[in-house]
Amino acid sequence: MAMKIGTDHFKERVEHGINDSFMRGAVAGAQNSMGVRRQTATEELGNWEEWRSHGEEIRQHVLANLDYYLEQLSENVAKRGGHVFFAQTAEQANDYIKGVVTKKNAKKVVKAKSMVTEEISLNKTLEEAGCSVVETDLGEYILQVDDHDPPSHIVVPALHKNKEQIRDVFTKKLGYQKTEKPEELAWHAREMLRQEYLTADIGITGCNFAVAETGSFSLVTNEGNADLVTSLPKTQITVMGMERLVPTFEEMEVLVSLLTRSAVGQKLTSYITVLTGPREEHDVDGPEEFHLVIVDNGRSKILGGEFQSVLQCIRCAACINVCPVYRHVGGHSYGSIYSGPIGAVLSPLLGGYDEYKELPYASTLCGACTDVCPVKIPLHQLLHKHRQVIVEQEGKAPISEKLVMKAYGLGAASPMLYKLGTKIAPAAMNPFTVGDRISKGPGPLKAWTEIREFPAPNKERFRDWFKNREKGGKES
Amino acid sequence: MTGTIHNRETFLSQIASSLGRSRLSSGVTDPEWKHRPQDQVLQDATPDELVDILKTQCLKIHTSLVITDAKKLPETLHEVVANYGGGPIVTWKDERFSKWGLEPLMKKEWPSQKLEVYEWDHTKGAENIRQAEKANVGITISEMTLAESGTVVLFSDKDKGRTVSFLPATYIALVPKSTIVPRITQAARKLRELHHSGKQVASCVNFITGPSNSADIELNLVVGVHGPVKATYIVIDDL
Ligand code: SF4
Repeated sequence: MAMKIGTDHFKERVEHGINDSFMRGAVAGAQNSMGVRRQTATEELGNWEEWRSHGEEIRQHVLANLDYYLEQLSENVAKRGGHVFFAQTAEQANDYIKGVVTKKNAKKVVKAKSMVTEEISLNKTLEEAGCSVVETDLGEYILQVDDHDPPSHIVVPALHKNKEQIRDVFTKKLGYQKTEKPEELAWHAREMLRQEYLTADIGITGCNFAVAETGSFSLVTNEGNADLVTSLPKTQITVMGMERLVPTFEEMEVLVSLLTRSAVGQKLTSYITVLTGPREEHDVDGPEEFHLVIVDNGRSKILGGEFQSVLQCIRCAACINVCPVYRHVGGHSYGSIYSGPIGAVLSPLLGGYDEYKELPYASTLCGACTDVCPVKIPLHQLLHKHRQVIVEQEGKAPISEKLVMKAYGLGAASPMLYKLGTKIAPAAMNPFTVGDRISKGPGPLKAWTEIREFPAPNKERFRDWFKNREKGGKES
Repeated sequence: MTGTIHNRETFLSQIASSLGRSRLSSGVTDPEWKHRPQDQVLQDATPDELVDILKTQCLKIHTSLVITDAKKLPETLHEVVANYGGGPIVTWKDERFSKWGLEPLMKKEWPSQKLEVYEWDHTKGAENIRQAEKANVGITISEMTLAESGTVVLFSDKDKGRTVSFLPATYIALVPKSTIVPRITQAARKLRELHHSGKQVASCVNFITGPSNSADIELNLVVGVHGPVKATYIVIDDL
């Protein structure tokens, strides 16, 4: 699966999302419960802001010295007997991995969840090389069994499916005969996958954080699948986006703590595994051969530019879990494996504006994403920046904000929504603000402000509205 | 046995040029961070308080916690194993088991009660994995234990197979009280110190926090997915 998912156009995807009522219920429920968990886990620390600042300074330091740390990492991986391949493009990464697979005459690959391998369409390459590929993360496995349904969330990939749908897929494809109870479904997957781990030739993983000083890398999961993927097959290939590293174990633990609290509201997930090189002499489990593939694939173009801070991302999905647009349209609407606010910023950078120019408009610019980001990426400002670039390049916006808001079903009905609309782009709004009133606003405000004046954007307004909506309220 | 590095210079030069400077190959020292919130967490907790925190956290991670002392350890371990339905059992090969008086239990009592016990033996190669795969209980020892998150830390080596803690249906960690530290911060520092003292970091360091679980189906929590379904920590008062 490439970064791009589906062939529908933006508007069709959004329409499809809005009309899928199960999906919308699931997304809303997920946002609520993950949001509460994240909030509890971050508030209990008492000084979350300081944690975020520390996360930010670590990520910024690494990006500023990225070549230094990558060199150090590669030296230390090689010292421990690992092979490092630097891939500037997806093709280079795929070719290298294909080379390893062919040399090993591998027939079966087990994989632990990894966004970057999706981004470079690794599975397709492996299958073309005559290898069967088995995804072992439960969510990914479900999607794979269902004829490669695309993921809709970067942490919970099968979020858009309900248990009955999963049962039906298992029944049809795997001869499953039990009920739709999640325990029974999960147990079935466990039994099926056990055999796969034990018979696989190669294990492939992503990388949460590599550690330059020791040549190590860490994997963060709850299921334990990554551990079996890295314990049983004889050859292991780990693929990482080039920015996913830290200087030492000390920074690694800080980022892991930020990640697990922000992603799933856990202090730590069940399994955090730190691997260094292949197995040692006389070890029985662990890979005999270890390859680390470090992927650029467009990242160096982001580096040094005005979007550099997006490379601070640790893929926790907290921004997705608070985004009102994601809530409304679901992950597939973004047409990219990276959805939500992070997807709306990152996809146009990695995949180009031609493909993704609507995405920066898939936002109310309410700033909720920026507020929760554990490494302080100014997401809504980056979205705004994208819009400026797009307008500069094209002379006009690809789709008017009014249409977008309407497409999301957000701007359609109530005047209250236009109050929400006032939060759109404080920067763009300023020229229209007279005192605390707006006279003529852009985008969705335009029609409205033509007939009446508005209160000026208020950062709290959207949040109030959102909270109120959660309580079932109709007006802010 | 050194590995290989391919295509590095072109790749890193591209990065340097994006950053608008020449290639940086040396001279980056340990940064002075402005913020260090991690040091403050539980910094004044006494060993007993840390045990209490660990105990409370275990409730949240679906893990049983039993506190015992060196004398009662064999009895406690036997009970926990019996509760999990007995053998087959797989353990690391580790001197500490006999130091803690577990040898009679593991080598005599259990076998005489027809509880199969397999001790990791690297000379037997893949047989170890077959044994771990069919085992009902896996037993290992925590090198460092993190009170805040309820985490045990394991270092792999030839006598300490990685899969002992993953393949069996249930998992027991022996936790010397002296290994309990506030949080992962102290463990990370210790790993770094080990590295600086010239020791190789184990090829696999596992931070394990309770049994395996997943929320991938409608966000319903399912405990026991690819790894163990149940977990118990036995805290041994060694202070
Ligand atoms: S942008 Fe921030 S909040 Fe969103 S996934 Fe990345 S780190 Fe998490």
